[in-house]
Amino acid sequence: MSVTNVISEIKKDFIYNLLLKGERIDGRTFDQYREISIQRDVIRKAEGSALVKLGSSQVLVGVKMQPGEPFQDTPNKGVIITNAELVPLASPSFEPGPPNEMGIELARLVDRGVRESKAVDLGALCIVPGKQVWIIFIDVHILDDCGNILDAASLGAIAALMSTKVPAARYGLGEDYILPIRDIPIATTAIEFNDVLMFDPGVDEEAIANTRLTIISTMNGNICGSQKSGTGMLKPEQVYRIIDIACEKAKEIREKFLEA
Amino acid sequence: MDETDISFFKDGLRLDGRKADQLRPVKIEVGVLARADGSCYIEMGGNKVIAAVYGPREVHPRHLQEATRAIVRYRYNMASFSVEDRKRPGPDRRSQELSKVSREALEPVILTSFFPRSVIDVFVEVLQADAGTRTAGINAASVALADAGIPMKSMISSCAAGKVADTIILDPMKEEDNFGQADLPIAMTPNGDITLLQMDGGLTPDEFQRAVDMAMKGARDIYELQRDALVRKYSQMVEQPGREEVHVCD
Repeated sequence: MSVTNVISEIKKDFIYNLLLKGERIDGRTFDQYREISIQRDVIRKAEGSALVKLGSSQVLVGVKMQPGEPFQDTPNKGVIITNAELVPLASPSFEPGPPNEMGIELARLVDRGVRESKAVDLGALCIVPGKQVWIIFIDVHILDDCGNILDAASLGAIAALMSTKVPAARYGLGEDYILPIRDIPIATTAIEFNDVLMFDPGVDEEAIANTRLTIISTMNGNICGSQKSGTGMLKPEQVYRIIDIACEKAKEIREKFLEA
Repeated sequence: MDETDISFFKDGLRLDGRKADQLRPVKIEVGVLARADGSCYIEMGGNKVIAAVYGPREVHPRHLQEATRAIVRYRYNMASFSVEDRKRPGPDRRSQELSKVSREALEPVILTSFFPRSVIDVFVEVLQADAGTRTAGINAASVALADAGIPMKSMISSCAAGKVADTIILDPMKEEDNFGQADLPIAMTPNGDITLLQMDGGLTPDEFQRAVDMAMKGARDIYELQRDALVRKYSQMVEQPGREEVHVCD
């Protein structure tokens, strides 16, 4: 039902045969990530932004902030609203129109990472208790879907937040200041195919596998979110193995790209 | 929400008197809707959920047809009166995500290749919500699929584990879910193959493993109840033939 990438049987066989030999189409090991690059502050009009390249996948995340009303049940806390646009320019399988369930799941997972890791101190974003708080809009723009856009988007979101300046002056609320960030959640995704676990799947690998597990881990090595996706099954042992590798990979990525 | 000032345990028991690894009372009824091809009503604690299955039937709109298999659609919907503050009717982002993962929890066991170009529709209505509606919905849907005679490799059973006051607990209720430290719903086959796994909150890798173990134990218990409910209905039908859709021609 969901829009998926079509892949030829020949290519499928090719990937499968390589896999039996313990290899991947681009020569990576099963737990190896593609090259990552993060460019921050690429959009001057945004309060914070980041362009993430994960191999050839490209995701742009922009953060905007404005004062607004708090939710009734959290009158003293700021608000985070996360949105994802899977624009048709990014893939032949994306279509214009309101977000489909794939886009919604992506946005909600990016949101889950930021929210559950408590990366942003929402209590510090209260302006007038019960009346006015800061609202953070995290907008994910997928530019090129070459696989695993979820990890790229999560990385983009936290990188953008880390470069976000609260635009207090614009709204007459004092001087601008850097948005304090307390944690760096990292999402790591693996797919399962024929009992093989592959991290950071490329677009063709995603097309052959029907099970995906994402683990979002925090700086202290704990897990703050996870999601199985796709129409396959996982053994508990596979879940635990993915967790082990995911936490390790997340630590590497965090240390290399985000902790200055 | 990190208000942790309410105490979750009294004399080692939870707010509703349960032990840490105890399920809430479960009630399952099979075949509760006349028009649907299969249906199930389930109560899990304060949750009241009803599921209906239609199909296999023709796909509309047609372009969604798959040449080699049936497609599965799953609609999770909350009644506006099912929660404390009225929920705006219609699909929101949460219910769309839940619909997706719930569908993917059931699809692995449905033999869709038996019915090319058709659709199996699963509709789940949450009538009363008390934490754990997605797991209740999946449990009901699985029974409703069996009731509709859809060929499946096995049943799917679903259950959540959580963490409150640094303790891993089974089947969190509303207060434990709202003010707890983590929520981890799973769904699985009776063989222990996991078809749904979500988590939010904070868990160490070790706690994660213990929560999965506990949720799987809960799901196994629920499987027995699902099975019993189906056996109850269909053994009744054998005893009183002609009562339901069994027609005998001379």
